[in-house]
Amino acid sequence: MSDFFFNLPVIVQGFLKGLAVICVIFPIAGICSMAERKIAAWIQDRPGPNRAIVPWIAWIPFFGTFLQRLGLFHVMADGGKMLFKEDSLPGHVKKFYFVLAPILAMIPALTTVTVVPFGAYLGATGQIVPLGLAPLDIGILAVFAVASLGVYSLILAGWASNSKYPFLGSVRASAQLISYELAMTLSVIPVFLWINAPGREATLGFARVVEFQSQAGFWGGTWFGFLMPVSAFIFLVALFAETNRTPFDTIESEADLVGSFHTEYGAFKWGLFFVAEYSHMIVGSAVFILLFFGGWNPLPWVPLATAVGWLHHLTGWAFTVHPLFVGVCSIAILLVKVLGMLFLFMWVRWTVPRFRYDQVMKLGWQRLLPLAIANLIFYALAIAFLQK
Amino acid sequence: MATELTIPDRAAHAAGAAQEFFPEKMSLSMGPSHPSTHGVLRLQLELDGEVLTKCDPVIGYLHRGDEKIAENMTYNQFVPYTDRLDYLAPLANNMAYAIAVERLVKLEVPARCQAIRVLTAEMARISSHLMGLGAFGLDVGAWTVLVHSLNQREHLYKLFEELTGARFTTSYTRIGGVARDVPEGWLGRVGAFCDQFLPALEEILSLLTRNKIFLDRTAGVGVITRADAIAYGLTGPNLRGSGVSLDLRKDRPYSGYEQYEFDVPVGTKGDSYDRYLCRGEEMRQSVRIVRQIIGNFPGGDWYAKDARKIFAPPKDKILTSMEELIQNFMLVTEGPQLPAGEVYFEAENPKGILGFYVVSKGGGVPWRLKIRAPSFCNLSILPKLCVGCMISDVVAILGSLDFVMGECDR
Repeated sequence: MSDFFFNLPVIVQGFLKGLAVICVIFPIAGICSMAERKIAAWIQDRPGPNRAIVPWIAWIPFFGTFLQRLGLFHVMADGGKMLFKEDSLPGHVKKFYFVLAPILAMIPALTTVTVVPFGAYLGATGQIVPLGLAPLDIGILAVFAVASLGVYSLILAGWASNSKYPFLGSVRASAQLISYELAMTLSVIPVFLWINAPGREATLGFARVVEFQSQAGFWGGTWFGFLMPVSAFIFLVALFAETNRTPFDTIESEADLVGSFHTEYGAFKWGLFFVAEYSHMIVGSAVFILLFFGGWNPLPWVPLATAVGWLHHLTGWAFTVHPLFVGVCSIAILLVKVLGMLFLFMWVRWTVPRFRYDQVMKLGWQRLLPLAIANLIFYALAIAFLQK
Repeated sequence: MATELTIPDRAAHAAGAAQEFFPEKMSLSMGPSHPSTHGVLRLQLELDGEVLTKCDPVIGYLHRGDEKIAENMTYNQFVPYTDRLDYLAPLANNMAYAIAVERLVKLEVPARCQAIRVLTAEMARISSHLMGLGAFGLDVGAWTVLVHSLNQREHLYKLFEELTGARFTTSYTRIGGVARDVPEGWLGRVGAFCDQFLPALEEILSLLTRNKIFLDRTAGVGVITRADAIAYGLTGPNLRGSGVSLDLRKDRPYSGYEQYEFDVPVGTKGDSYDRYLCRGEEMRQSVRIVRQIIGNFPGGDWYAKDARKIFAPPKDKILTSMEELIQNFMLVTEGPQLPAGEVYFEAENPKGILGFYVVSKGGGVPWRLKIRAPSFCNLSILPKLCVGCMISDVVAILGSLDFVMGECDR
């Protein structure tokens, strides 16, 4: 079957892979909203959504009630509601830009997925080949470049709404997102300094970063999260700020700005903002894990190849070294880690209050940015010293 | 006649240029339906960027004319209207109103009735402060605090329902007593609530008290100086947060408060954080009072038996005895008969000092009833407090003032 796939024209392959990724991202974004509500309920000591059920599923004896208590149908009802309710266009908005904003929000959120590898398979000679839509050499640059376009949708939404609360929200958004991009970008440079040793072909792609973290031996298998904890910390904080999550959700802080930039939006246009936010979270978490927490390697100092080797040794089953099995394993491992990150996002959101807007800016410029610069200088010197 | 032309001086020219560059401030209407204005408060804000240059509270969206309504009904019929003043602590309002009217008759209710009233008022204080705490948490972005405090309020509501028949609008007191005696075993359940409440409260407060983000948001925000607090007539935790130890339960005890041991917490700086700490401590003190009452609950009558024209006779007597039937009929149709005179009584409610000024010209209906609502006075400081803050601070300040618009607008 895999031969059939690889014999297809490259364009068809790319199309199919793109479709597959969208088919994964969208349901995860939907499930995220369910998880968000369930995790909130769990933290807040209440049952959470557990009512909606479709009759013929309710007839299934045990599984039906389980799905009901999981709140799965609430997500479906929510999605259905967003699709079918009246997509109103308020009279006072600037119509073209108002409609354009949610579209612009979706585009970068889905485009960044293309350069993020989400798994790997064993090649013919036993080497690990990364699995992604477009294994670009400029991976991280492309992610930053495209993801930062997302701010335009927020500005445009706030501006086109022609209303005061959205306007204030979009002003906050433009300032906050741009400030934290600086610290975020600076925090990943040490990682790429580390992997781009002289004499090797230079790259900014994720594949090499993961490859570096999946070498054998103690130093080879160390994840960058342990090697550069400060970088990982800065990246994580900046990621929270970039994805508008509590405690940095001043952009859409419903307590003072009502709904901020999406106050005037409803129905599917609002839904696009919603899915875009979760997509940013998913992609951001994936990037964080690829850079700092070993990508598709199951455990620190235990690369995927080793783990598969152990499994083959233990069970003796031939299929465990089949490229397809390894590929599925790697995707599953990355997915589990991403879901863990999403859980962290939600855990934090339902535990802490939110910063004030000026405090967020102060933290970004006065704390994180100097820290990121100092961290960069430290690792640059350390790498120069180690290589001498 | 030609006007004399002069060369504008430099400073005026620069000011004009600045005026041209930043032509106007932004006006923003916050409320009456806004997630953080706790009901129907409306703030007309003037913004320079995100910083407030002016804040005009607009109130009255929930005005129902309670004071005028009182003139058209008997004293007992007005009890349900007091529920709707500070609707987060109706039992405390009920008590304040009943005592005010009883002062007019110079009627002293029995010890058991006083104990029941104090008990319910302190439970109402816990309930009100829990809501204030939860809403404050929500305003600064901590959802979980709200849900956990609502969870505790649910226990209280169950107890209220068992005692009064209603969860929210309790209407529990009558002039000269209460609507009914405490049910069998109810005191034990209140005690059980206290036992589980204290650890739960510590857990809720631990989410905020030493949280760096919460401290950043509240410490030093909305500072009310001691002098300001007194000048603006603030009362309750908002006054005590500024370091003034005024608590009528201690200073002018009523309904037997002098028998109970409790402390009055005061703040030091008068900022939002101090007000938060005061409310937290007051809940612990209320639990202390509740436990003292349960531990030494007085027996005897639960209404003033000798007040024949004030409080209805027992039901079995009404059904069997002519005298009591007539008495009940007169009480229901004419209302409790009060002498002419006037009285002002104020009680320490959760939100501050709730005062009732009752003028009677005799008979069963007040001639004039004036309500001194703590939330109304507490909100008066907003224009001074909010200038120079950011929008997010306004929300934190509103949360820390813990007002109820039902009481403010009445």
